[in-house]
Amino acid sequence: MREIYIRPSWLVIVLILLTIIIFAFNYSAEPLMYEDARQKSQTSPETSTTDLTQFPNAEENQNCFQCHGQSKYTYENTEQGRMVYQRMYTELIISPNDFYVSNHRSFKCTDCHSEEYKNFPHEGILRMEYKYTCLDCHEGDETYAHFYFEQIDAEFQESVHSEKHSDEFTCWMCHDPHTYKINARTNANIKETVIYDNTICLDCHSDFRRFQLLTDRERPNLIKSHDWLPNQELHISSVRCIECHTEKISDSVLVKHKVLSKEMAVRNCKECHSTNPELLASLYKYEAQEVRSRDGFFRGITTSESVVIGASRNLTLNIISLILFAGVLAGIGIHAFLRVIKK
Amino acid sequence: MAQEKLYLYPIWLRFWHLINALLCLILIITGVSMQFSAPAIALVKFDTAVAIHNIAGIVLTVNYVIFFTGNLFTFNGKQYQIEFRGLINRLMTQGKYYAFGIFKGATPPFPITRENKFNPLQRFSYVFIMYLFVPVVFISGWALLYPQTIPTTIIGTSGLHLTDLFHIFSGFVISVFMVVHIYFCTIGKNPGANFKSIMNGYHEPH
Repeated sequence: MREIYIRPSWLVIVLILLTIIIFAFNYSAEPLMYEDARQKSQTSPETSTTDLTQFPNAEENQNCFQCHGQSKYTYENTEQGRMVYQRMYTELIISPNDFYVSNHRSFKCTDCHSEEYKNFPHEGILRMEYKYTCLDCHEGDETYAHFYFEQIDAEFQESVHSEKHSDEFTCWMCHDPHTYKINARTNANIKETVIYDNTICLDCHSDFRRFQLLTDRERPNLIKSHDWLPNQELHISSVRCIECHTEKISDSVLVKHKVLSKEMAVRNCKECHSTNPELLASLYKYEAQEVRSRDGFFRGITTSESVVIGASRNLTLNIISLILFAGVLAGIGIHAFLRVIKK
Repeated sequence: MAQEKLYLYPIWLRFWHLINALLCLILIITGVSMQFSAPAIALVKFDTAVAIHNIAGIVLTVNYVIFFTGNLFTFNGKQYQIEFRGLINRLMTQGKYYAFGIFKGATPPFPITRENKFNPLQRFSYVFIMYLFVPVVFISGWALLYPQTIPTTIIGTSGLHLTDLFHIFSGFVISVFMVVHIYFCTIGKNPGANFKSIMNGYHEPH
């Protein structure tokens, strides 16, 4: 009778081919460095794709956006009797697309800015108007208590940003009230949250024009200063700058605000790559908890996007593996013992 | 019938086996150290463990190519071919010998010959380890070495997490295999006989 043999070499060839197919069909990874990471989250202010009818103040706001929502604006010079076309200063452009998805999207421009802005040309004195900070509206408000605005402010006051730049550095430096939208708590995609949060840092730290506004220091070279970090590209796209550059104060604040000087930044791999509950990145912990409570234990194991070697281990799987290993050792021990006594 | 010494392990195979054994040990120690990394203590310093694990993994792949090619072109490859017919019976017979017969001094049911140097359980488990789990561990290992190449999602789940799970699961299976393999190697003419054989190439019959 003919013998049926299975040649195992085929198994390896099939495995390799399968891997190539899976990778080829799913491949969409793009190299991401500091500049790209920052630019990736910026949208064009030119066109509005948002349905504005849902916003009661949209019509009134359009009076502002017709100039400030675009890179150029027109007005009639009544003195000379001609139309003038001018470029809008980049700093004064607010993208309607970004505004109408931001947390303050239901606001009128004149809720925060002077009513006098309704007149054009705007009077020069209006530039001196007081600009509200977060606490001006959110301090002591029960509705927003779970965001811990007061605690964030206290952390910020101790940060290097506040200490080195005093009053020049306000919430606005990082959180533009026109475009700010809550992210970590609402976005299930951890990568997008990382890019969104890192863009806030990179807006100044990789854009020398903005960086120069606050300091006379020479242009920072982020790639060089992070040279020591293995897999730098992956760390940048998967880890928020603040995980290493802030001091953890409270678990309740998802985004730590006590930014430290660079000498104090985390440089020890084990501070993240371990089970240390004090330093384990809050975002990943939050995400893992959320996924597990939402999708159950097994889905939680496979759907969590973050893999931090040494930190994202699963306790139940760990215990099972240790029990199995101990069982094997015990089995060997018993077998060896019986061999010796039955000899 | 008195059996003569059999030359079962040619020099290339012994070389491959020695390197493979050392690399597996290094990979298990550094892998466990990384996976169970603790803030205060570490088996191996984290960054050192990463560097050693990466290098050892790369060398393991090169070493695997030696094994794979050697088995493809020499007689040794036949030892890893599994015949389906009667497989369960053969596995059961060998299992019964290890579970009961060995303690009563019974003769091994499948004597070692040049054509059949592995007993059915060995053949079966070696094929699974060398042709399934080791390839899975180095394929996933290479992917983790270049994590940016891993697709963000594979069949609806995180590609990175899935690759990591495959890597750790295969690593665990190989670790268990290694312990069992070393123990079963003490079953020979005397506890050290099989270790001597894999060094000098000659098998000493029971």
